[in-house]
Amino acid sequence: MDFTIAAIITIVGLTTPILLAGLGELVVEKSGVLNLGVEGLMLVGAISGFGVTVFTFNPWAGVLGAAVGGALASLIFAVLVLQLNSNQVATGLALTIFGTGVSSLIGVNFTGRIVAPFGSIFPDALARDPFWKLFFGYSPIVYFAIIMVFVVGWFLKRTRAGLILRAVGENDLSAHSIGYSVIRVRYMAIAFGGAMAGIGGAYFSLVITPMWAEKMTAGRGWIALALVVFAGWRTGRLLAGAYFFGILMALELYAKAAGFSFLPSQFWAAMPYAMTVVALAIISSRGTAGASAPACLGKPFTPST
Amino acid sequence: MTISRRNLLKGAAAAPLASMALPAFAQDKIKIGFIFLGPVGDYGWTWAHNKGREAVEAALGDKVETIYTENVAEDASAEAAIRDLCNAGCKLVFTTSYGYMDQTIKVAAEFPDVKFEHCTGFKRADNVSTYNSKFHEGRAVLGTIAGKMSKSGTLGYLGSFKVPEVVLGVNAFALAAQKQNPAATVKLVMIDSWFDPPKEAAATETLVNLGCDVVTTHTDSPAALQILEQKGLFGFGQGADMSTFAPTAHLTAIEDIWGPYYVARAQAIVDGTWASADTWDGMKEGTVVISPYNAAIPADVAALADGVQAGYKDGTYDIFTGPIFDQDGVERVKAGEVMALADLAVIDWFVKGVESAS
Repeated sequence: MDFTIAAIITIVGLTTPILLAGLGELVVEKSGVLNLGVEGLMLVGAISGFGVTVFTFNPWAGVLGAAVGGALASLIFAVLVLQLNSNQVATGLALTIFGTGVSSLIGVNFTGRIVAPFGSIFPDALARDPFWKLFFGYSPIVYFAIIMVFVVGWFLKRTRAGLILRAVGENDLSAHSIGYSVIRVRYMAIAFGGAMAGIGGAYFSLVITPMWAEKMTAGRGWIALALVVFAGWRTGRLLAGAYFFGILMALELYAKAAGFSFLPSQFWAAMPYAMTVVALAIISSRGTAGASAPACLGKPFTPST
Repeated sequence: MTISRRNLLKGAAAAPLASMALPAFAQDKIKIGFIFLGPVGDYGWTWAHNKGREAVEAALGDKVETIYTENVAEDASAEAAIRDLCNAGCKLVFTTSYGYMDQTIKVAAEFPDVKFEHCTGFKRADNVSTYNSKFHEGRAVLGTIAGKMSKSGTLGYLGSFKVPEVVLGVNAFALAAQKQNPAATVKLVMIDSWFDPPKEAAATETLVNLGCDVVTTHTDSPAALQILEQKGLFGFGQGADMSTFAPTAHLTAIEDIWGPYYVARAQAIVDGTWASADTWDGMKEGTVVISPYNAAIPADVAALADGVQAGYKDGTYDIFTGPIFDQDGVERVKAGEVMALADLAVIDWFVKGVESAS
């Protein structure tokens, strides 16, 4: 039992950052914008969150700082792709390079420092109890991530604003012609995506390893991007998919530590991407509406033409 | 002046002239290049190599200047990165990871006038030296401490790749621990990366969950130590003293001290006496240093660890002294025999008591 609980806690730790970043990216893509800069945004969030926590001694302020940092960085991307109609793929990749560089630059002053880990806020009787820690032993960011899955799902499906956002992503010209500001909606979606990626990054620098190290997200932003596709742009599937990826990552480590070598380790490392390709193939072969990419994904909005 | 396309073009035409003038000033100083695996801020492997680079600047700053490229992957892209340093005018290039071996040899053939120093590899040429550090001597000290400090007798080893340096580390750690506790076993996880803090953290949690109460790392971030700190267990720093990251969990660390070697080789370039060589220094020469012990280490354990260090310094101790059995129980080194350096450099088997997937 203790063994299973400890394994689940590891899986939650592996899952939460990609869930947060993936959820943000899902909203961005639902609005018709493809932002490949998630990895860079996570790094900006990681250093922003860490930096603010170092100065304020308050991890809540740190998480807020991570969200603001991620959102601000994503707005640079937004200006380029929305205002100047630059290529979204190229700009997103540039954002990753920018985020990596700027976080390293800021991080020079924070290398070698630590903060207290942003752990559970429940009383130790629950948070450290051998059994109850399964439910109460996590950082508040973990619960926030799961709650946000349902908030975003409800927002997209049940609210008027969510309907507008989806309309902008499916058919921007129609949304524009009936009076909605496509650009404004996309700005907000991109900023939300940046904030969520930022918080995902802060999970690394405040919770898992409360320190700053250059490139500490080590490619999780790319897994988050794959996750959105794997989930078919649906929030429920995103939650399931994130945990599925988390379980795969943990399985690799357990298989190695327990001495199993029936599959090469590269197989495990490739699994999230391989599963994404499989999911994409299934989605496209079914051709179900709503489970495929937003129609305007990646296309610049040019109402005059 | 308004910015027109024509003005911009003028500026662009002027720029190369300005930059052409620069090398004339810089030519007095010999350029030395470094290829780094991770970021210089990793606080581990690359951080230590960068300290060595800084030592060169400090010692020979009036005669040489150093440049470096960080985050160079151990694939074909390394070739381009090394070539770039040669084209930038470097006379000496340090390629500081095993995975740059073939790329270094290849580029070295294209630039016969440039000297190369490849870290931890075994392929040499007239203008390519290899150098290494006997990290496994440090691992023997850590294993001695771990064997004594572990209550469960199950030790964790967080590895990167199955390369000789790591295999030596695992074996030295396991053999030294077994000298203190013959029943000690080492669980090994290779994470297929030198630097991936989230994965290092998750792998450490996994090892702990499988019963390890002391975990040593052969990856470059302090992530594992931070996890051990939170769990109230013990571990060791890698490449540098990492005690600031985990004041309680950090028992000691292996510090990589590259400065003296880098300064000596840079001096040889300045003097024109550089020659291809294979250098494998260790504790005796001061390239492997053990950090101050944590107060949690009892005096008798500290004395044992000091004994190993002293033995390496005066040549009376070698952890690779037989009898040594491999994982399948086959005797690889007979009683009383000591493994030769040439055999250590290409070792690819684990000793008895190491539990691994490969």
